[in-house]
Amino acid sequence: MRTRKKILRTALALAVGTIFIAPSQIWCMDASDAPESVTIDLMAELYGPVEFDHLMHTDVASCQDCHHQTTGGEVTDPSCARCHRGTDEGDSVGCSECHVTDRFNATNVKALEDPQLYHFDKPGLKGAYHINCIGCHKTVDGPTGCQDCHTMTDAGEKMFSTGKHAPAKGTSSSGHH
Amino acid sequence: MNKLLNRRNFLKGGLATTAAAAVLKNSDTQAAGHFDGYPDSMGVLVDLTRCVGCRSCEAACNKEQQLPEPAKPYDDFSVFDEMHHGQKRRTDETRYTVVNRYDVPEIDHPLFRKIQCNHCAEPACLTSCFVNAYTKTPEGAVIYNPKVCVGCRNCMIACPFYIPTFKFSHAFTPRIMKCIFCYDTRLKDGKAPACVEACPQEALTFGKRTEVLEMGKQRIRMTPGKYVNHVYGEHEVGGTAWMYLSSVPFDKVGLDTHLPNEPIIYSVKDFLAMVPMVLTIWPGLFVGFHLLATRKDKIKELEDAKNKKNDEKEEQV
Repeated sequence: MRTRKKILRTALALAVGTIFIAPSQIWCMDASDAPESVTIDLMAELYGPVEFDHLMHTDVASCQDCHHQTTGGEVTDPSCARCHRGTDEGDSVGCSECHVTDRFNATNVKALEDPQLYHFDKPGLKGAYHINCIGCHKTVDGPTGCQDCHTMTDAGEKMFSTGKHAPAKGTSSSGHH
Repeated sequence: MNKLLNRRNFLKGGLATTAAAAVLKNSDTQAAGHFDGYPDSMGVLVDLTRCVGCRSCEAACNKEQQLPEPAKPYDDFSVFDEMHHGQKRRTDETRYTVVNRYDVPEIDHPLFRKIQCNHCAEPACLTSCFVNAYTKTPEGAVIYNPKVCVGCRNCMIACPFYIPTFKFSHAFTPRIMKCIFCYDTRLKDGKAPACVEACPQEALTFGKRTEVLEMGKQRIRMTPGKYVNHVYGEHEVGGTAWMYLSSVPFDKVGLDTHLPNEPIIYSVKDFLAMVPMVLTIWPGLFVGFHLLATRKDKIKELEDAKNKKNDEKEEQV
């Protein structure tokens, strides 16, 4: 039952990492308006979806630690404010509204040639999640191992030659840790 | 006939030939001269401050290139402690890329460095190969054609990064094993290599070489103190398609910091340009010297013979 519920919730998520909130007066919202939980299923092929406990994280971090200028208060950084104060970009709260899912495909790589583009080194969605999550977890001693957050799918185990797909002979990892 | 062996004419001729050879030599060197790399070549920026040593790139490479099953699972991190003949793991016929861990005393956490073929703008492997088994494609990949390879392994000696490896398990059908930037399956269709796509941390950034180089420089500029002020591979051995950013000096993460900024071929180019000249001019030159040096002896011999004859005649008379 739990799995079905999970799948249902995953299917309902419009875009990965999207947070379901009313899109008005975003930067006036505070932690109490935020969702309790967000399902992240970006790497669903290799890893099962991550049930991100958003509520818990609002206790340990400020909104802007993750959402940059887009929520939790006015834009204060002067170099961000030049463009982002009171603009549409400021209304984008979900990660995937700015961070693309396939950063290195031919179209996205080509788009970087635009000389007017300011954020030309903007991480893709997968990079944004991991850099942000692991970056912070390292400093606060949070979990940093792959499977601390994700459970590996069968395809994942195949890719990593582990679990059911571990090399038949040869040394096992278990003795070393 | 006397004119042929006239000393003045001989020296004149020799001088003219040497001058001609010198001119030819110069124009040769220029023709084979500087190559800045293909303008639209792709590249990858490896940011060591982002790598967490998850080995996803190794796993992805193994599957993409259909390499043999690894000895240990890719989520087994004991491989970072492996030492082979006093060295950390390196690329071989079963793996085109490896991630190694470096414990740098100055910082409180280990660093991880991925290594694979760096896809030089002017590759030493390519220039050392006398059957042209290697090609530098306009997309930036250095690819290899096993059909013409004779297994001489010059490329393995020439490579400044010790990347090409020999498939010793099939020694009679010579096959060099090395990263090809996923050229066949991805790069030629404009797609990023498998390792880049697999990297969760975007420690690997794929794009036009000029763009990713710019990103590297911007990261150095925007986060003062985070990085060493150098993009490794921008100039090394004439520039490479894969480049590195690090928070510690590059020699601390196993990268050679004594490489020249010129392509490896430049170290031997002058010598190689001299070979045809030596082979064509020197035989003539030294035969000439020899004839000149022995000319007097010959004349003397002839005269002696003549005198002898005359003496004999006189005696008879």
